[in-house]
Amino acid sequence: MSRDMSYAAVMARKNEIMKASMGMDYNDFIQSPIAFDYERMMHETGYGLEDIVRIQTETKVGQTPLFELKRLTEAVRAFAGPGKGATILVKDEAANASGSFKARRASISAFDARKKGYKGVAAATSGNYGAAVASQAAMRGLNCIILQEVFDSRGIGQPEIVEKSRACEAYGAEVQRLSVGPELFYQLLMTLENTGFFNASLYTPFGIKGVETLGVEIAEQVRQRYGKDPDAVVITHAGGGNLTGTARGLLAAGCDHTRIVACSVDLGGLHMASDTDFNRKSFTTGHTGFGVPFATWPDRVDVPRNAARSMRYMDEYQLVTQGEVFYVTELLTKLEGLERGPAGNTSLTAAVTLARQMDRDQVVVVQETEYTGAGKHHNRQLSFARENGIEVRVGDPVDNVPGKAIVIPQRLEQVRGKVQDMDKLRMSYLKNAVKAHPVDQWSEGDVAFLAADLKKDVSWIKTAVKELDK
Amino acid sequence: MSKIAKGTWVEIERVLLKPEERAPNLPEETRKCPYVLRISGFLLEDAELGTEVRVKSLIGHEHRGVLRVVNPSYGHSFGTTVPELLSIGTEERV
Repeated sequence: MSRDMSYAAVMARKNEIMKASMGMDYNDFIQSPIAFDYERMMHETGYGLEDIVRIQTETKVGQTPLFELKRLTEAVRAFAGPGKGATILVKDEAANASGSFKARRASISAFDARKKGYKGVAAATSGNYGAAVASQAAMRGLNCIILQEVFDSRGIGQPEIVEKSRACEAYGAEVQRLSVGPELFYQLLMTLENTGFFNASLYTPFGIKGVETLGVEIAEQVRQRYGKDPDAVVITHAGGGNLTGTARGLLAAGCDHTRIVACSVDLGGLHMASDTDFNRKSFTTGHTGFGVPFATWPDRVDVPRNAARSMRYMDEYQLVTQGEVFYVTELLTKLEGLERGPAGNTSLTAAVTLARQMDRDQVVVVQETEYTGAGKHHNRQLSFARENGIEVRVGDPVDNVPGKAIVIPQRLEQVRGKVQDMDKLRMSYLKNAVKAHPVDQWSEGDVAFLAADLKKDVSWIKTAVKELDK
Repeated sequence: MSKIAKGTWVEIERVLLKPEERAPNLPEETRKCPYVLRISGFLLEDAELGTEVRVKSLIGHEHRGVLRVVNPSYGHSFGTTVPELLSIGTEERV
């Protein structure tokens, strides 16, 4: 008897497929439609920090350099007020195998898949994570399948994602290139079911534990060179794993007072599942189209509960425009002699704004870079935008309109970004929690979980829920 | 039409979901399109372009679909020069 492969039938088999593809049962941790034992789930991966360092060293991950951006810092100090202009540092994560921090995220999944006897790993991802899984799988002697959302109904691929297809095939993976739509997850489930491969999801505890070493390295490197903890760490935010893992690593190293700053490119107004908006975005990730929904409801992912829970750790959230990031990318190249890709340069753009407001003796860390090249390069993204009818011009970045106009600043002083209201994000999270589980059924455990997940106390949650009713 | 030889590196295409089979709650412009897979592999039998074939992927898995491209290649580039970028950062030099 053949299995029902319709969309609804495959989605209904989600839990059993997940269980078989990860050797892990989320029901062991789930307490209610809202609460689950997060720390126990993270702990029971069975990998401590020392194990992770050892596993990552085996596959060319970690111990990346931390560079001081002297000329960029000077450029900020030239217009920052008296005594202002913090030192900007960047962690050169492009030095990891496959060219981004995502190698940290993939490394433990590949190791665990091999240990548990899986023949291969599969992941649905259109970003650097695909190349990272393919590269780590290659080193562990595992087969790899990467599913990517690549092209619109005209058959035109987003150049950055086309480059990811190339990179994954270069590492020997099978690449399933798909048209626009959330059914990527449906195809992943079918692939896992048909192949019996390990689900190397971005959102498992393995994925997040692997990033903790990044936070620990930042703490150690900054302390060694500057004799203190970093004052702020800026993290490009999309699905939340980069922020969660880095922040957990910083906390594990004792950096209790370091400000954790999220940053996304503002793509407000563009729909993520739209066939026509797909190629009107000049950023494929690190933008608000992922950053906001994942912050305000992390459990919208390809595993039953998401180990990436950004609001637990986030102190503030900066938004930047596409034009501002392209300007700062070019400046990094010309002033610092580093050609790097969009992911890290998004947080670098926010770091310019933060450094301007912070004192001179303070230190702000941009916690990643990624490789760049054909397709990913900002020149390609801007020329592609023009080909798709988007206006590209020099001016004041406040005139930037996602999907319509990219405005490249004339001077660094015009890079200002803007701040996202954290309490508004928390209220959206609570609204989603009410949808998942009616308030009158919330236990004390649910309220305590929400307080921890939103970095607030129980009384704040109780007051905020009453506000929701008004 | 000339036959493409067995063993040639090709790209195939297959409709995974017809418009009416797609996920609920899609924007209108997406819902009217089929959900399509493209994948590359080695052709398992001599065939003509546009016909239904089977291929073996880089990891040896078999997939079927319509033969679309012979020797698929990556044509992505750095794009045509965007002059607005050229002068950024140069004014800081002596």
